[in-house]
Amino acid sequence: MDFKLTEDQEMMRESAREFAQKRLLAIAEEMDAKEEIPEELLKEVGELGYFGLVAPEEYGGLAVDTLSYALVIEEIAKACAGLTIAISVHNSLVIKAIAMHGTDAQKDEYLPKLAAGEIIGAYSLSEPNSGTDAGSLKCQAKPDGDYYILNGTKSWVSTAKHAGIYIVFVSTDPANGSHGISAIIVPKDAKGMSLGAPEKKMGMKCSDTRELSFMDCKLPKTNILGKENEGFKIALSLLDNGRIGIGAQALGIAQAAYDEAVKYSKERKQFGKALADFQAIQFKLADMATQIHAARLLVYRAAWLKDQPGRHTMGISMAKLFASEAANFVCDQAVQIHGGYGYVKEYPVERYFRDARVTEIYEGTSEAQRMVISREILKD
Amino acid sequence: MDFDIKYRDFRQEARAYCAINIGPHAAKMDRDQVYLKEVHDAVHAKGWWSCLIPKKYGGIEISTLEYAIIVEEVSRICGSTGLTLAAHNSLGTWPIYKFGNEEQHRKYLPPAAQEGKLIAFGLTEPEAGSDAGGTKTKAVKDGDGYLVNGTKCWITSANLCEYSIMTARTDDRGGVHGISSFIIEKGMKGFSIGKKENKMGCRGSDTAFMHFDDMKLPAWHLLGEEGMGFKQFMMTLDGGRISIGAMGIGLAQAALEAAAKYSESREQFGKPVNRNQAIQFKLANMATQIEAARLLMYKTAWMKDNDIPFTKYSAMCKLYASEVAHYCTHQAIQILGAYGYTDRYPVERYFRDMKLCEIGEGTSEVQRIVISREVLREILENI
Repeated sequence: MDFKLTEDQEMMRESAREFAQKRLLAIAEEMDAKEEIPEELLKEVGELGYFGLVAPEEYGGLAVDTLSYALVIEEIAKACAGLTIAISVHNSLVIKAIAMHGTDAQKDEYLPKLAAGEIIGAYSLSEPNSGTDAGSLKCQAKPDGDYYILNGTKSWVSTAKHAGIYIVFVSTDPANGSHGISAIIVPKDAKGMSLGAPEKKMGMKCSDTRELSFMDCKLPKTNILGKENEGFKIALSLLDNGRIGIGAQALGIAQAAYDEAVKYSKERKQFGKALADFQAIQFKLADMATQIHAARLLVYRAAWLKDQPGRHTMGISMAKLFASEAANFVCDQAVQIHGGYGYVKEYPVERYFRDARVTEIYEGTSEAQRMVISREILKD
Repeated sequence: MDFDIKYRDFRQEARAYCAINIGPHAAKMDRDQVYLKEVHDAVHAKGWWSCLIPKKYGGIEISTLEYAIIVEEVSRICGSTGLTLAAHNSLGTWPIYKFGNEEQHRKYLPPAAQEGKLIAFGLTEPEAGSDAGGTKTKAVKDGDGYLVNGTKCWITSANLCEYSIMTARTDDRGGVHGISSFIIEKGMKGFSIGKKENKMGCRGSDTAFMHFDDMKLPAWHLLGEEGMGFKQFMMTLDGGRISIGAMGIGLAQAALEAAAKYSESREQFGKPVNRNQAIQFKLANMATQIEAARLLMYKTAWMKDNDIPFTKYSAMCKLYASEVAHYCTHQAIQILGAYGYTDRYPVERYFRDMKLCEIGEGTSEVQRIVISREVLREILENI
């Protein structure tokens, strides 16, 4: 066993920390209030290489190991969790999907632009009536010569407004359920595709979330990612990547909330002494620190597992489940320690609390994680 | 014991009224951070700004139990309005009636009852939160009145109120001694109100700082006797906590109903999600906790109505009900998934509103201080 980071990993973490603390922290509150990520910030993220973290080197990516990737997400999430959605979807779902399953032509066309951050990738699996039950999706792609005609609605598409391409999961063989699903690359200017109004979310407000609607949207068959009807397999192959990203994101939010709570509890005096001098507050901090520590070990281990041969679904689900529930606990306690100040926007814990909530929902709800974990346990 | 539900009709009527008259405005109040006249008037039409005011001053004078039901039902529809209602009745009107003299009753209670004028309660200060005995605002003797200087924070309805209760030090003994309460009026010279706070939840309720800069206060504004302020506001908060408990229960109930309805209509894996035991058990936990919290609320209200000391119980009611509200609103979002995280459904509002209940009128930590102190005293006295 070795719990030390390598020099490369340390470096990745340090540079992400610097970007997060010096550049992002100052504007995160405004981004939350305006419900917007400035385009120039996305450009900067691209220039720093964060849109090419997991892209292969031959396409201009950094091809970092999964733990380095998780460290970057964690550090950025400490300052602005909403921005990490764009980075993690782009890397762990879109680039991974194309790198793992794309044809050479697709890789050549999209990976260099994605890795450089010239275009941003979005990912679209959920539908209004297909969430946890992802195999039941209804958005249809009907063959028409060398083309597909898409009709239907997708929901909860992150970074939709900024994206240059969307990986969209559609039903190409409705009779065959989850075996009749395909992934297709949709360029932003595809005729017949339209974006819905931005969702009004509780947290992660700077991150753009919308519906995608398709009305007789005609796309060449060459846009199919990998093979026809193998979409569900592709989606499953990406779950682990996505969940590590969310685990790291939850971890970053929790750490930031905890840091604020420690600071405040030392500054704030009641009954003639600092809050931190009360056992009730000390024990909250102890519980928060313990949860964060355990979450960090689970997330880092999940990231390490991902780079080992074999299937590691259970360990990765556990990391996502535990880290997201820890983040909710920690953020709640941080608001509680701040009292009235934690309930208003003067302190960032109010934002962390709202941001943390969704980590228990997307990329598989806590319930979906428990399904995965219990299924693995009971398999033997 | 008598658990006869003679208040069933009373509750049903309040529920229907709130759904029709407040329901259509709740989301807008939250979204735009506005307090709406339509809602204020709807509450006024029922006399609910005067729940605890005697009939001779124009109030509807209902029991604490009935009042708690009203707060619960209003909060089930709109947490912001529930908060405004609870603060005005329990913290504004009640101490004026309880501790004020006849002249003060006649001056301040009829406008609240008959015109719906709001009364606020100014206790908390930037450096005196849980440590309310750390009050720094000063009221120095000045001729036959007082000169007031200081700042109050997190005052519910600060910008909306016509009158407010305000606590200040009238002598230098320090700590819980030497604090007195006063009734102040909007527009008094030297009295100004800070900008409206931008809150996580209860955004349709107004919250702001109050500043006193050489505010002159004639002696008759004193509420009760000098130096009794601490005792008065402790008693006031005992009552107020029942209403914050009621608010928590209302939010929890709303969350349960929204989750139950959604879980029936939402299908995944070919069946409604509530056919999964994981969802059923969440609903069972929510319903059980709500029932227990409501019984605590009934019991505490009943004790207050029957003049039985209830300090420990109101702390328990407030603590438990707000934590139940936390659990239920959290689980409701979970059952609604991504839909629960957006304003397409009201559960994300319930969740944000709920957090106030664990902080306002004494944090959960303060409730635990109160309960443990009472429990230790009771048990050790009997050894």
